[in-house]
Amino acid sequence: MAQKKTQKKATAKPSSSNSSSSFGGLDKKILLQMHSHMVKSRVLEERLIKIYRAGESYFWIGGPGEEAWGVPLGMLGRIGHGPGNDFYHLHYRCTPTLIAIGLEMVDSIRLTMNRATDPSTGGRNFSNHYVFPKWNVAPVTSPLEIQYPIACGTAHAQKRFGKKAISIVTGGDAGTAEGDFASALILASRRGQELPLLITVQNNKWGISTSYDGQHGEDEIADRARAFNIKSRVINGNDPVESYLTLKEDMEYIRKTGKPAFIEAHVSRLYGHSSASGANPVQGEVDPVMEFEKRLLKANLLTATDAKSIWENFEAEGVRAAEIARAEMVPSADSVWDHTYVDNENADWRKF
Amino acid sequence: MANMAQAIRMALNYAEKNYELKDIFGQDVGAPLGGVFTATQGLKTTWNSTLDERGIIGMAMGIAMAGDRCVAEIQFADYIFNTIDLLKIAGNTLWCTNGQYNLPMTVMTPVGAGIRGSVYHSHSFDAWASRLAGWKVVMPSTPLDAYGLLLSCIKDPNPCMFLKPKALMRVRGEELIPGEPADEKELKTRIDAPIGDRKNWKANWPNAEEYLIPFGKGKITRQGEQITVVSYGRHLLVCNEVADQLAQNGYSVEVIDLRSIYPYDWQMIKSSVEKTGRVLFVNEDTEVTNFGEHLAYRATTELFYHLQAPPRVLAGKNVPGIGLHPHLEDSSVPQKHEIAILIQQICAEVP
Repeated sequence: MAQKKTQKKATAKPSSSNSSSSFGGLDKKILLQMHSHMVKSRVLEERLIKIYRAGESYFWIGGPGEEAWGVPLGMLGRIGHGPGNDFYHLHYRCTPTLIAIGLEMVDSIRLTMNRATDPSTGGRNFSNHYVFPKWNVAPVTSPLEIQYPIACGTAHAQKRFGKKAISIVTGGDAGTAEGDFASALILASRRGQELPLLITVQNNKWGISTSYDGQHGEDEIADRARAFNIKSRVINGNDPVESYLTLKEDMEYIRKTGKPAFIEAHVSRLYGHSSASGANPVQGEVDPVMEFEKRLLKANLLTATDAKSIWENFEAEGVRAAEIARAEMVPSADSVWDHTYVDNENADWRKF
Repeated sequence: MANMAQAIRMALNYAEKNYELKDIFGQDVGAPLGGVFTATQGLKTTWNSTLDERGIIGMAMGIAMAGDRCVAEIQFADYIFNTIDLLKIAGNTLWCTNGQYNLPMTVMTPVGAGIRGSVYHSHSFDAWASRLAGWKVVMPSTPLDAYGLLLSCIKDPNPCMFLKPKALMRVRGEELIPGEPADEKELKTRIDAPIGDRKNWKANWPNAEEYLIPFGKGKITRQGEQITVVSYGRHLLVCNEVADQLAQNGYSVEVIDLRSIYPYDWQMIKSSVEKTGRVLFVNEDTEVTNFGEHLAYRATTELFYHLQAPPRVLAGKNVPGIGLHPHLEDSSVPQKHEIAILIQQICAEVP
């Protein structure tokens, strides 16, 4: 891996009076907000794993280890419905982003426990397959990388709409082997027809159980975007400050120029790919939440008492949320034809 | 009378003006070509995509997700197969999101043999399309139906697939499209791009009117008493011809143009078969797990006590491709004489 490139820093100006250069000039309020979201996301993901292990859900897949990247991504978007706001085309490791946007723990647990009350899919899909039209969160799908060309479509509509909204797409490093990744690089970068698209890859160095070297020949995935003249860089996605500053700068660049930008964020994968590999902890990875917390404690921006309280409060919220979801209804068998077509128009050939 | 390519063009123009259709795109769909069958010439919202079918379908899904209506074209159905999981996802998006995201997108693609298109310009897609739950699928046999079905597709809030029988793109109909000039030459002058330099050419669109053919509504194109023949697209015209020919020999053949493959007009098939007691389903997609087989299954199970003979399916042979030489193509897809012979055989059967 080309270390010098991965260390390239964002050059955003300090946004407040915070004097600590190790936090890029970010305001204390933003730093603590990031920390809180990161803890909440971690606690939630570990609650989802416990729910799976207790036999209360059929499957778990998620993103512990991507908090330092995902949280700023959710904090910085223009959140709302319709082409005047940013579109999020996420993959199934994006709980941190959703938490930062406003996801309640109970709604993630409802999805995992396939309750009828699950606001994303009504109990129809796996954990972390979020859908929130009110926030322009496009449906997360199990097939890898299809979100990339779809994001080009929303970016195209946003460009026409003319309010400088952007589309954001995320995916894993191994998924970039799919042709859809290349499709998006080309569609977003055609001269004179560039799209306002933030293309990102979270490189955790694993493709399910195959290591990075077994999946890639290129030094950096970002090199592939550079080949299309897309503004491109590699960052340490385990550092929320670097993530925040880079994302802010690139989002502003896209809004200003209407052209795409690309970020490869190196992140940790703290648990296996999914419950398919046991959802077991992985040793030797950087824990971005604990690292960030240590930095905040060291800089006296957070006290140990407050940190403990934050973790405990979210733990309690997770337990309560699971209790709520546990008591709720599951989808009824006769709802299987619902929403095949708009307005439940009959789709059952037996009734034609 | 307009040919099918002109009818499609007029429908797209109508939708641009009246349905807020904002994107018509695909390979060579925009200027200067305006589509390999000229069906997208002179339109305002056309643009050329990359040569990337998955990119085309993915873009269409995104545009629809953002709330805009679009028509995406795959230049030939033979090249749609690498998009099959995207089509599946487009069909299941509303369902998977519990009714939250609908995709108002239309995909149109030329299908079928009949132009000596060889292995990769002759494939059918109706059987495959019928398995894409969440989609509505249509195939016209006349320019007027092409106009009415395409407008229904574009107006619909669900993903719709408009299968264009490529061998009929230059065939003229017998009915005017509402608002179409009666003079064929006038229409050509107004909406067909000139040969050569087209930089300064603009279409002079006739003032076409809304004409919608509802999904799931077939049409009886020949009235008859002895046997029901159900088809669509190119083979519908062949079936009409066979029915006319056999009528001279005393056969009374009822022909149904299904028009809409999913949802489909079961009530029309049912009433007809209850009357005739015999039924033949004709199409050119390959015969194993053919859409006609589904209809034949349904006719067998639901209309068994009305039947005088087993329901039959005449479809394309289950071979890997349509060969270029006419001997190969003609022996792969149903021919007129085969339809005629089978109709006579079925009519001769006695329970």
